[in-house]
Amino acid sequence: MFFPVAGVHLNPVYLIGVGFVVGILGGFFGVGGSFLAGPALFAAGVPMNFVVGTDLAHIVGKSIVAARKHRTLGNIDFKLGLIMVVGTIAGVEAGAQCVQALRRTHHIDLAVGGTFIVILLGISGFMAWESLKTLGATRTARARGLPIPGEHSSRRDHSALAYIAKAIHRFPIPPYVKLPASGIASVSVWAILLVAFVGGFFSGFLGGGAGYIRMPCLVYLLGIPTHIAVGTDLFEIIISAGYGTVSHALKGNVDILIALVMHTGAAIGAQIGATLTQFFVGPRIRLAFIPLPLIGAAFVLHGLLTGHPAK
Amino acid sequence: MVCSMKPEVRRSVMVFLIELVVYAGLVTGYFFLVLTFLADWLNRIFETQRQLYAALALVLIIIQGVLFEALTRFLLSLVKPRTED
Repeated sequence: MFFPVAGVHLNPVYLIGVGFVVGILGGFFGVGGSFLAGPALFAAGVPMNFVVGTDLAHIVGKSIVAARKHRTLGNIDFKLGLIMVVGTIAGVEAGAQCVQALRRTHHIDLAVGGTFIVILLGISGFMAWESLKTLGATRTARARGLPIPGEHSSRRDHSALAYIAKAIHRFPIPPYVKLPASGIASVSVWAILLVAFVGGFFSGFLGGGAGYIRMPCLVYLLGIPTHIAVGTDLFEIIISAGYGTVSHALKGNVDILIALVMHTGAAIGAQIGATLTQFFVGPRIRLAFIPLPLIGAAFVLHGLLTGHPAK
Repeated sequence: MVCSMKPEVRRSVMVFLIELVVYAGLVTGYFFLVLTFLADWLNRIFETQRQLYAALALVLIIIQGVLFEALTRFLLSLVKPRTED
């Protein structure tokens, strides 16, 4: 099939397949999946500028499907999501400006690629350590007949590093906000904005939705239960990726027809992924999340070594 | 492998497999009937009115997102009662 906007011939079955895979990942983990979709589009012959913009457009549609499913499961904290949008958009702009500044120094690929690899490896290592520690503690508690916090409720998740979130909840700068949907009595709005800004910054700096950074930040820094972090991240991505779609479309970087075809696969994948979260406890979802940043790091490393950056 | 699953998991897998088949048929029809006709029209707008194209891009993906979510939910509601019997 010919896609006249991007000027490329692509097999629609391939696009639907790519959409389906990243749809499952998005629904289950609350990520955009751009670290897979981007290289897959580029490998099929889509020009790099269209890869970035078109991927964002497809993320909007996929996140709508997954977020609506998560809403029916009670996994979205709308108040948190709306506050985060402000920080995310500011972060995206800051990240994009940083890229522009680095472009002038001609070290953009090494700087962005190197940062990407260090962060992704760090996230994977940290989450592996934390999830295994939490699951180990759960097993020990079960063996001793002790109560396990959050075992029977997705809203009362447990983490071996819950003290980090508790320290951030005491962040002493008003205004404060109550997040009953996430089970948080009081947290500074600035703490939420800061976390959202960091996620947005990496989205603007590295491309894609940066859910692989935002989801762990929501869990470990703000203490949001994993299921609600996934659903809220998806809700937030609809707005921030929508903003990115319009911005890129104005610059001529979006082939919406490619995004629509990809989304036909992503829609069903996102439903499946979102439904699967019901069958896993928070630490298991976090453990399964670990290979994703590693795959992303492998793509970037391959790009740096071959001279063809994936993003 | 399917037989060794818990009953509720097996039911969910069956629901999704049936949904997947019906959905694939509907998407194929949509694909050839709608998207191929949109191509030239969208390309003209992309070349001449970039702002309208940007707005259309967002509106189209949102509409498709909402419609497909409703479609998959509708398919689930059709399939669920039969598999739960």
